[in-house]
Amino acid sequence: MTAVDAPAVPGGTAAVSPRVPRGRDGLVAAAVLVVLAAAPLFLAPFATTTLARILVFALFAVSLDLLVGVTGLPSLGHAAYFGSGAYAAGWVSINVTAEAPVPLLVGAAVGAVAAALTGWITVRTGGVFFLMLTLAIGETVQQVANTWESVTGGANGLTGVPAVRAGGAPLANAGFVYWYVLAVFVLGFVLVWLVARSPFGAALRGIRDNEPRMRAIGYPTALYKYGVFVIAGGVAGVAGSLLVAQQRLVTPADLGFLTASLALLAVIIGGAGSLWGACLGAALVILIRDALGPGLGGHGTLLLGIVFVLVVYLLPRGAAGLRLRRRSPS
Amino acid sequence: MSFLEVSGLVSGYDRGTVLHGLDLDLDAGAVLGLLGRNGVGKSTLIMTLAGLVPVSSGSIRLHDVELAGKRPDQIARAGVALVPQGRRVWATVTVAEHLALSSSRSRGGTWTVDSVLDLLPRLAERRRHYAGQLSGGEQQMLAVARALLTNPRLVLLDEPSDGLAPAIVDQIAGVVTTMRAEGVTVVLVEQDLHLAFGVADEIAVMEKGALVHRAPTAQFRRDPDTAHRLLGVA
Repeated sequence: MTAVDAPAVPGGTAAVSPRVPRGRDGLVAAAVLVVLAAAPLFLAPFATTTLARILVFALFAVSLDLLVGVTGLPSLGHAAYFGSGAYAAGWVSINVTAEAPVPLLVGAAVGAVAAALTGWITVRTGGVFFLMLTLAIGETVQQVANTWESVTGGANGLTGVPAVRAGGAPLANAGFVYWYVLAVFVLGFVLVWLVARSPFGAALRGIRDNEPRMRAIGYPTALYKYGVFVIAGGVAGVAGSLLVAQQRLVTPADLGFLTASLALLAVIIGGAGSLWGACLGAALVILIRDALGPGLGGHGTLLLGIVFVLVVYLLPRGAAGLRLRRRSPS
Repeated sequence: MSFLEVSGLVSGYDRGTVLHGLDLDLDAGAVLGLLGRNGVGKSTLIMTLAGLVPVSSGSIRLHDVELAGKRPDQIARAGVALVPQGRRVWATVTVAEHLALSSSRSRGGTWTVDSVLDLLPRLAERRRHYAGQLSGGEQQMLAVARALLTNPRLVLLDEPSDGLAPAIVDQIAGVVTTMRAEGVTVVLVEQDLHLAFGVADEIAVMEKGALVHRAPTAQFRRDPDTAHRLLGVA
């Protein structure tokens, strides 16, 4: 893809990638980043932890959005790669070293390898078949986590994961863990954003809009779908390594159907294809599940269901649609 | 040996066979106007040549290379480009990205982003727009540009005039003439006889999944009885 010639029209080089933020978008992003970075300084530890959970889940949702929104592959099994990454990072932290960035890299590698092993089957399909195959793979991986007790701890999960260490010292307090999560989240988000706006990303959007036309001008689309599947798996694995850094525990539920469907919910609420929308969706999902849920007597899921129905009816393009509508009246 | 040799081509869909042993020879650099009533298999032929409808039996040889059974992306790399009916541009991909995606699949040749934009200047003004925001005529130009940028030897145009204003149709005629001058072979499926007669060297008529008549354009136009019998028009 590096062979793409920059069109020789004045100011034309930037035209290849339409999502270069205009000045205002860059400012908003910088402001959000500053607020996020300063958050632990004035938030209570519980709120800081919740924010860290949101960032973990947001990176997971962003990786899923690369499949669902950008490429048009709706996956119900993406938690398999999130969970694999979490288990791998946890296992390495216990048995080898918890020194950053080792758990992170191991999580990324295992997520990507798991996606590479299962992706060949799934990317040859699309639509409902893709949905069902990914669901089946997710359930299978969860079964493996449940039964492979010597490595995963079985139904009890992988417990006693030590704190991530940076420069030899463990990140003991919630604020440091949060900053670690935030830093990795930003890296992961930027990586996915760069993929989405690269020529490779344009090809993915072409596949989503009309795959036969992509093939008809010479793109082996299955290979592209496989590529993005592996990338999304790797980023989900990174998010998984953050999960284990944050909650110091992985259970089979973390790679199960509920986790996968909550991520899909976050992507749809946020507006599929808009990466920052997926983050908003993830924030809403975690806030309702973890912060409001206990106060509602365990009916957080019910509230999520209501929110989902409202979003589908009122905002067909998700939260991101609000801004889209203002930008392009056509 | 002809440039394109199709023999005994049988293809179709799950619901039934559409092409029943079609034969077609075409010389390099020729423009063939493919006519016929609705449902006789014109689009199916085009889609089969592009590899998007599977071949049941028969052969498609381009410069003595067998294309039947190959994948669409392999056929595209062999030099076949399709401008599908209804344009089918990628709605959320910008004009500039369309051009970049296609030119990165170029087989090398005269058509570059610059030369295509010279030919279709309207696209240059719309580079930053998403294809879904373009008018029907602009989308058609983009679909043509997308095909040309792969530097094909054979271009398959499926009803390019469909639903477009006469001024745009004239522009399409101009583009086809330019392609011909550059030595590109063209198969043009068209309901607009004015366009087909204007650019085609030869006219072929399909009926029930096979070619039933073929004649040089001038001769076909002098024979209104045949045209009326085959097409139901004067």
